[in-house]
Amino acid sequence: MIIDVPEGVMLDLYEKMVATRLFDLKVKELIEKGHRILYHSGVGQEAIPAGVCAQLRREDYVVPYHRGWGYMIAKGMDMGRILAELLGKASGYCKGKAGTHMACLELGVLGKTGIVGAGLPVAVGAALSAKMRNSGQVVACFFGEGASNTGAFHEALNMAAVWRLPVIFVCENNLYDMYTPYLEVTSVANIADRASAYGMPGEVVDGQDVLAVYEAAKRAVSRARRGDGPSLLECKTYRWYGHFMADEHHYGGYRSIEEVEAWRARCPIRKLRDRAISKGIPAQELDRIEERVRAKVEEAERFALGSPEPDPRIAFEDVYA
Amino acid sequence: MREITYAEAIREALREEMARDERVFIMGESINYGLFGVTAGLRDEFGAERVRNAPISEASIVGAALGAALTGMRPVVEIMFADFLFCAMDSIANEAAKWRYMIAGQASASLVIRTPQGSGLGMGCHHSQSPEWVFAHFPGLKVVAPSTPYDAKGLLKASIRDDNPVIFFEHKMLYRMKGPVPDGEYIIPLGKADVKREGSDATIVATSLMVHRALEAAEELAKEGISAEVIDPRTLSPLDKDAILESVRKTGRLIIAEEACKTGGFGAEVAAMVAEEAIDALDAPIRRVAAFDVPIPFSPPLEDYVIPNKDRIAEAVRSVV
Repeated sequence: MIIDVPEGVMLDLYEKMVATRLFDLKVKELIEKGHRILYHSGVGQEAIPAGVCAQLRREDYVVPYHRGWGYMIAKGMDMGRILAELLGKASGYCKGKAGTHMACLELGVLGKTGIVGAGLPVAVGAALSAKMRNSGQVVACFFGEGASNTGAFHEALNMAAVWRLPVIFVCENNLYDMYTPYLEVTSVANIADRASAYGMPGEVVDGQDVLAVYEAAKRAVSRARRGDGPSLLECKTYRWYGHFMADEHHYGGYRSIEEVEAWRARCPIRKLRDRAISKGIPAQELDRIEERVRAKVEEAERFALGSPEPDPRIAFEDVYA
Repeated sequence: MREITYAEAIREALREEMARDERVFIMGESINYGLFGVTAGLRDEFGAERVRNAPISEASIVGAALGAALTGMRPVVEIMFADFLFCAMDSIANEAAKWRYMIAGQASASLVIRTPQGSGLGMGCHHSQSPEWVFAHFPGLKVVAPSTPYDAKGLLKASIRDDNPVIFFEHKMLYRMKGPVPDGEYIIPLGKADVKREGSDATIVATSLMVHRALEAAEELAKEGISAEVIDPRTLSPLDKDAILESVRKTGRLIIAEEACKTGGFGAEVAAMVAEEAIDALDAPIRRVAAFDVPIPFSPPLEDYVIPNKDRIAEAVRSVV
């Protein structure tokens, strides 16, 4: 099925994905220069946060998970302040106290936990709150396929379904739970199949095709917004780099170079670029977007590196309200 | 003054707070009635939305309460037995306790977890524990353990209005205890101890059910000419250190009575605190009276043997005066 979207949407998705990619690579570069950042690269998976968040409104909530920063970028957070937070600087979104787990409540980014699966019940609670307040907000909750083996996943899906809550569960299935192929530790080939156990729709989506993600998210978000309850989207994808920075053996270790190369060839950004060009959008326009994003990432780096370290006394702040 | 039971006092606090603030709702397993009947009748008054029967999913009940709290609601959840808090340990200790800190105060985890603690009903080792001190260990949480109907009502109202996650331990042997509770509204601030009996020879710090056993012990000691002061901190975190220190400086002797096992418990903390802050005021070694370091056995005589009683508390006082 060929999915068509307006040119403006296509260009916006392109910009968000490029920003996510270049920002991620900038973080990698800074780590290689010796900066201490908790890094779980999302390179290769950019289509999912970009495609889903494009269906959300400013006031809708997002509960991200550990891989990448696409959710934050797509929700409109400033790359300079994201990077400052990753570096533990005072100018970061959470004064350096959250690092990669940062939040921006103003933009509906609720924050992310370091515990796999633990964000799902929190997303369910935000959706319950939206429903009880009759606010019309929806919640997008992101997680990896590994999280779908936790008790929290199963508890959360049941709870969301039984209360018909406006939440979209978005599984980014990148095929590995750390260094373990997911099928070695997971009882189903498709995580989306688990949806039927909870009486909600489950859909397998090509996570390398941002337009497919965008369309699937549109269905799930409208269902949630209508009051018809939750959905589970499983986006099949792949991470180009290791589980985290110290995971150097991602080639020839637990996965093969051929496998990595095959997935790199299915780059979601290139795929959208080819589509855009085939639709008559000039390559120069796409290049201009890339240049603009590149300049923003450089500016973000200048801002973050130039920001002051936090005053140690703020360690005592915000423990209690 | 009229007398009502501890359970009725808690129900009154819930009813008043739900009527006062539409953001307050209650949620738990069979909360429409409640195993100990505390929430009985509230559903008729406030409806199934705000008196919400939850699936048997402790991690999700607390996780969802957190998500709801972060987005503007004030949930009060019931965990049917304090022992089951461990099923929700991640949601409590990793998520609720830390979320506000991590996101630098952008939103608050204004939730209350009500839960029955304690032994005495012969319910065995999974329904009889007193794990309150476990939770007092985690910065970000507040821990409350009322011993009388009066305290239960005033402290629960304060807990619901508090912007922090509060764990509210109700003793199952106290639910049917009657005591004076004034008509109309009153609040007891968290973090304020109460002197339940004045005395001059020794200080007994006790919480929850042990307050009553300490008072019985003090009564018996009075006949022997020993004057024991009984202090109920009421809130374990924050702990009213000043009230304890002031009493110890007056009496020169300290006995701590707690229902939980001795090792690493509340008594250990209070003893260490007094040793650090006021060792010069002590005329005798500190004594801890606690459950023996075993799981709570089922058989009633075994259960009675393991848990501190009036005689053990009185004996500990006699040993130091």
